Amino acid sequence: MGKRVLLIEDEPNIIEAISFILSRDGWDVATHSNGHDAIDAVHARAPDVVILDVMLPGKSGYDILSELRADTHTQNLPVLILTARGQSKDREMAERVGASRFMTKPFANADVLNAVKELVAP
Amino acid sequence: MRDTLVGSRIRERRVLAGMRQAELATSVGISASYLNLIEHNKRNIAGKLLLDIAEQLAVEPSLLSEGAEATLVAKLRDAGADWAEAVPEIDRVDEFASRFPGWARVITKTHQQIRQLEHTIETLTDRLTHDPQLAANMHEVLSMVTAIRSTAAILHDDQEIEPEWRARFHRNLNEDSQRLAESTQSIVGYLDGAADAEANLAAPMDEVEQYLKSNNYHFADAESALSPGTPPTAPEVFTSRSAQDIAEAYLTQYQKDAALMPIGRMLHAIEEQGIDPCLLADTFKVPIAAVMRRLSTLPENHLANPIGLVSCDAAGSLLFRKEIEGFSLPRFSGACPKWPLFQALQRPMQPVRDIVEMPGRDARQFDCMAIAEPVERGRFGVRPIFTATMLIVPVSQAVPEPALVGTTCRICPVDNCIARREVSVLSEGV
Repeated sequence: MGKRVLLIEDEPNIIEAISFILSRDGWDVATHSNGHDAIDAVHARAPDVVILDVMLPGKSGYDILSELRADTHTQNLPVLILTARGQSKDREMAERVGASRFMTKPFANADVLNAVKELVAP
Repeated sequence: MRDTLVGSRIRERRVLAGMRQAELATSVGISASYLNLIEHNKRNIAGKLLLDIAEQLAVEPSLLSEGAEATLVAKLRDAGADWAEAVPEIDRVDEFASRFPGWARVITKTHQQIRQLEHTIETLTDRLTHDPQLAANMHEVLSMVTAIRSTAAILHDDQEIEPEWRARFHRNLNEDSQRLAESTQSIVGYLDGAADAEANLAAPMDEVEQYLKSNNYHFADAESALSPGTPPTAPEVFTSRSAQDIAEAYLTQYQKDAALMPIGRMLHAIEEQGIDPCLLADTFKVPIAAVMRRLSTLPENHLANPIGLVSCDAAGSLLFRKEIEGFSLPRFSGACPKWPLFQALQRPMQPVRDIVEMPGRDARQFDCMAIAEPVERGRFGVRPIFTATMLIVPVSQAVPEPALVGTTCRICPVDNCIARREVSVLSEGV
């Protein structure tokens, strides 16, 4: 069984494309599509890495990440932030709340795959 | 031929010197009302009185009688102040305007155009950054482009993809491309509408503001109406019923304020007391915010300075904006929380006053007077709703330590501001 990745994203066709790419590479992919109970999903799935969209229904990716960092169980969990907003202030915000990596949409499939691999590399 | 603009030049010089009308009148031994007539070119002036006034204003009498185009000189000074690093010979500006009036007009016109362009840039930056509809549309487009790009790459790169997955991704591509087409059409329609002069307005309030601005915020009909019970009707120039309603509500309030503070008595009181809203509120026995509203409707040629007005609700949303040069009021984004307007909300019913400076190359100071008052008379069991109102008046004598405020964070150059919400696109001095 491959390493576990949790994709938190609300756009169904992006979910499908990223899930396909990661599954093809041997990852065990779980998905979640809203911000309300994203923290519960992280605890339930216990992933090795999280891909987190910023603009989610219910709760923003930044708020979710802040909560993850405040929890001793998830404070070191690798999180790749995906966002349509690529300004320096968005990057600064992602760093401030503890993102492991930051990637702007649209992205190349290979870049997402490489980023996820690097985040769980020993 | 008699020069009919001597009075205007006196007024210009007096305002530049930061002197009140009554002060100058007393110093030359005439009444303020007589000086007012002179300044409005309704009385001739020459001889000793002209010499005395020139002496009090510390200018050559010929500058008042012959005029080196006082307005032109004032505009040149203004332009020179903006480019102080070029060290313009400010002390010889009168001479320059007299000897080269054509070039002087070119400079002032260019300066005015630069100011207008800077203002347009501020407004557009504000809009692009904070227009919620545009932001939502762009986010949707980027999400679809991401899905299309990622799906197309899978189909292109993975030659051994299973037929059912291939069919699924083709269907996704078809769906996303359709949605993308609809979204881009929606954005184009929105921007086309914005380019249309009629629809170059983001909201009914903007449309009403344009209407008020085109009338200089003064409505003779509402001034003269003797029966405030009959609400005025706004002309049918608006593109929406909502704008029409807002305009009529404004004019109804205007009429009530004008009935309580008739223009003649108001101008007389201002001449006696100045424009302190608290003193005027005592005189007319009306709320302070009503005085502020009333001051903003008086014709500018009756006031020593232009007057700006802004009001907001308890959530900080701007409800009314009468802008004056140098003090920009944001259209879409949140305003600077350091404005006295917002401080007033923290202390309802207590007047708040501060001299503030808008930083940047064209830094100017303003006397801001604000108060938060309940929308309606209080009743037991009813939670009060407050609105804050702020009068904005340019300061003629700069103070050494004004409060530094901005328009909105996005276009504010102040460094290390504790109230900053987001990064600025400007740097100090821009």
